[in-house]
Amino acid sequence: MREVITRYGRHNIGFLWLFLEPMLFTLGVTTLWTVIGVTHGSTLPITAFAITGYSSILLWRNCSNRAVKAIEPNLALLYHRNVRVFDVFAARLTLEIAGASTSIIVLTVLFTSIGWMNQPADILTAVTGWVLLAWFAFSLSLAVGAASERSEIIERVWHIFTYLMFPLSGAGFMVGWLPKPYQNIILYVPMVNGTEMIRHGYFGSVVRTYENPSYLILFNVILTFIGLALMRETGRRVEPE
Amino acid sequence: MIVLDNVSKVYDTRQGHRTVLEGINLHIAKGEKLGILGRNGAGKSTLIRLISGAELPTSGRIHRGLSISWPLAFGGAFQGSLSGFDNVRFICRVYNASIEPAVAFVEKFSELGAYLREPVKKYSSGMRARLAFAISMAVEFDCFLIDEIVAVGDSRFHEKCFVELFEKRSDRAMIIVSHSADYIRAHCQHAAVLVAGKLHRFEQVDDAFAFYQSQSM
Repeated sequence: MREVITRYGRHNIGFLWLFLEPMLFTLGVTTLWTVIGVTHGSTLPITAFAITGYSSILLWRNCSNRAVKAIEPNLALLYHRNVRVFDVFAARLTLEIAGASTSIIVLTVLFTSIGWMNQPADILTAVTGWVLLAWFAFSLSLAVGAASERSEIIERVWHIFTYLMFPLSGAGFMVGWLPKPYQNIILYVPMVNGTEMIRHGYFGSVVRTYENPSYLILFNVILTFIGLALMRETGRRVEPE
Repeated sequence: MIVLDNVSKVYDTRQGHRTVLEGINLHIAKGEKLGILGRNGAGKSTLIRLISGAELPTSGRIHRGLSISWPLAFGGAFQGSLSGFDNVRFICRVYNASIEPAVAFVEKFSELGAYLREPVKKYSSGMRARLAFAISMAVEFDCFLIDEIVAVGDSRFHEKCFVELFEKRSDRAMIIVSHSADYIRAHCQHAAVLVAGKLHRFEQVDDAFAFYQSQSM
């Protein structure tokens, strides 16, 4: 429902924060990584590496965090029959995804124009990777959001979980840097596939990437299904006000 | 025509399942005014919410042949961090009503002036009630659901509400929920009494009132 989404645009007068915040976050991390040299002596341009990596994390982490306990502040809206639980989530997540996307686009354009990074070699692949990752973030958030309504444990544990996933999500390394046996294991983590694919698009043939888009798509389809089913179940139980 | 067919609602509480409504059958024709009496906690508000669609029944079907308002209860239904005007716009979009006339109406009717640009959470309860009533009158419905209306604000505003709802919109259907028999007697043709999850319907309000009295002894 577009209505709900537009309404959220008015939520905060400084809605620029929507993408300024992830941008500043990414900038901070980029600076940090540049100083300590996370690329471990490989030839990759560090700016592009940090931007692709950290933006990917922000995408799924912000979405899922915003989805946790999203219903409560919006309970009053559910008073209206046309507003369903799904709309509340759709509004929040669309906003979050738009913010993260704007952030990565602006940063890319900015750094390309001042020459700190090259233009993405294959924009289509990068965009596809980003879209798949956004889809992942969306369905993940639906599932987590609905689960957090069922039990408080989810709410508490989820933040810990996202933190622990941070090093495993492929933001700070390339799959190619890992020893062979670990590569196969790490590729079971869906976010890694998304991040790899985005980097494939950015760096082109400079570096070898190992993403498996069909695995990510399959994972997304299943997760979307679970998310929607949980959503539906939550919609039955929710009690407005 | 609104039809409730064998509608039940069960809540999960800490003491296990609690059946609030059981096998409710009800139909409301266009323009009909029905009062529903019941003591506190009898399930009146739950019934209203089910009819409005804000909550879904555990079993049974609800057919909505008329456009139905949300439960008008002089509060709720707002986003506190938005301004009064924003809430009007939001509700118009949700119910597909045109925005400009609604905004003009609310501005005139609520008499809140510049406060309409302030976030709703900063309103006093009287101001909130004014806004709520004005908004609910700005969007037109065939059937109004009215949940326990008590005096709103000062007596002059109360009078204004009365004219707007019961005189200007006397052709609409209404479902009024209350524990006050006088209020229902003043506005309804028929009445029903909600006791222990079952709905008892009466053609005459007085019969319903007599039954209500005998039950609450």
